[in-house]
Amino acid sequence: MVEGAGVLVPVPATSVRPRRWPAWLRSPLTVAGLVLITLFALAALFAPLLAPADPLKQVLSTRLKPPTAAHWLGTDQLGRDVLSRMLFGARISLLVGVVVVGLAGSLGTFVGLVAGYTGGWLDEGLMRLTDVFFAFPALILAMAIAGALGPSLTNAIIAIAVVSWPVYARLVRAQVLTLREREYVEAARSLGASTPRIIWQHILPNTLAPLLVQASFDMGGAILAAAGLSFIGFGTQPPTPEWGVMISDGRSYISTQPWLSLFPGLAILFTVAAFNLIGDGLRDAFDPRLHGKT
Amino acid sequence: MALLAFFLRRLVGFVAVMVGVSIITFALSHVVPTDPAGAALGDHATDAQIKQFRAQYGLDKPVPQQYWIYVTNLVHGDLGLSIHSRRPVAADLHDFFPATFELSLTALLFSILIGVPAGVASAVARNRLPDHVVRVLSLIGGSLPIFWLGLLLIGFFYGRLGWLPSGSRIDQFIPPPTAITGLFTVDAALSGNTKAFWSSAQHLILPALTLGYFSTAIIARMMRSSMLEVLNQDYVLAARAKGLRQGKVIWRHALRNALIPTVTTIGVTFGSLLSGAVLTETIFSWPGLGRYATTAAISLDFPAVMGVTLLAALVYTAANLMVDLGYHWLDPRIRSG
Repeated sequence: MVEGAGVLVPVPATSVRPRRWPAWLRSPLTVAGLVLITLFALAALFAPLLAPADPLKQVLSTRLKPPTAAHWLGTDQLGRDVLSRMLFGARISLLVGVVVVGLAGSLGTFVGLVAGYTGGWLDEGLMRLTDVFFAFPALILAMAIAGALGPSLTNAIIAIAVVSWPVYARLVRAQVLTLREREYVEAARSLGASTPRIIWQHILPNTLAPLLVQASFDMGGAILAAAGLSFIGFGTQPPTPEWGVMISDGRSYISTQPWLSLFPGLAILFTVAAFNLIGDGLRDAFDPRLHGKT
Repeated sequence: MALLAFFLRRLVGFVAVMVGVSIITFALSHVVPTDPAGAALGDHATDAQIKQFRAQYGLDKPVPQQYWIYVTNLVHGDLGLSIHSRRPVAADLHDFFPATFELSLTALLFSILIGVPAGVASAVARNRLPDHVVRVLSLIGGSLPIFWLGLLLIGFFYGRLGWLPSGSRIDQFIPPPTAITGLFTVDAALSGNTKAFWSSAQHLILPALTLGYFSTAIIARMMRSSMLEVLNQDYVLAARAKGLRQGKVIWRHALRNALIPTVTTIGVTFGSLLSGAVLTETIFSWPGLGRYATTAAISLDFPAVMGVTLLAALVYTAANLMVDLGYHWLDPRIRSG
């Protein structure tokens, strides 16, 4: 409503409301995180086009060369181009993040929905199961699982997903406990909606915000864990270009040819930091208590 | 009385979690494709020896019975025989645990001494330079691979400057101090062995910095956020209105309450330091549980891996139990509730 010549003139709300960015995109740090992830994703997607050389091709005559115009990030102990290996390595790291979060998120969400909605002994049992998984130091359990199944990227992904799902289960269960008492859920129930329908259509969509925040943080966590497992020999196996493997390869040359470990380490740092920044931005946007406080 | 009831409730939970942990480690040990008896006794074992081993560890019995034997052995401190070292796993853990404990404890001390003041400074100087610096360093701490940080520190402080050693617990030409606690720095100090003390302290710096950076970042973030919350409380405003100096308001009134949630973080962090120790010990050739577990997992020495896993879970759960009790004791609102 605006006042004009003593008369209140009704104005449609849409005509005066300025176009605004979503709350989580208003933080420059979150935008920086998003830009970084987009760049890494594009680099991973177009790695075959962007890479100046075959990441597996060994040229022993040019081994351990420092960064030059021909090899922007230098060459490794087998004369392989570090930049090309890093570009292909981005594919594995991002894939690990997506698959681990997908697997752990799906399993954890399912368990959380069942536990929270049904309650009773099933809820109690499932939550005690999450307690047990929380008690294991994640990397040691992941190492034990990867060791039992045999060292490979797939087994490392399974191992990290196995240690990551309980946090989603707890998160979703806590949401469901409050949501199931809401009036709209009561209304759906009294209208005769089935339990799966209530969970799928009315409860699940309302648990997505905190899930998204957790998933952003876990993408970074999964990338770190996978790189750590590869570093100690339980993840991706050489000669596959993966950032953790590359750091491990450069270990013996850290004093003399530091670029071998430096660049893949920086790549992990920036990717994980970018996911953490996005997670921070999403959390602040979804939590009204934090508005203006951080 | 309420504290006792709370303690008993938590103790029951603790036992239940440990039973769950034993089921998972038992299950994992039994999906390993290699025959545990053959692996433990080696290629030259006779049929009679294998038979005796299988009978001793109940490997010839039905699975539920095997689990019962496994748990009974665990309760009696028998974690099996390490395939790699050919010694009882419990004896190996006894030998390797002090090194990991010394490293984790030093890393935790470092995290608290840096993280708590950094978090307070960040909150007090909100949106000013110290705050930005702490937030950026915390973001980096929570995002960098610790094995990479360890390598960079070795490359710089050992490779370039030559100031600090790159690995192990003590100089190879200095005999370890007389074992009292198993912690080299403490034992050397207690026995007045200055040479061993300086050597072990120097060897501890880089691994502790590497292992502690992540937890420093977590503690600083937690401290900042709880301090911001407390600084907006009425009683802090009242203290300021009374004319108390800023330092007194922060250290005497705000810090005490802001520390409560941070205590939980510190407890949980201590448990997770054991996980980080796997990577740190591998890089720094630190003869602790993490390196033992890695070597064991590579050589498919499952009794050893499961021994470390069980011990780590026990320490983590016990640390959480202590945090809960400490929290209960620190916060009167929880006690009265």
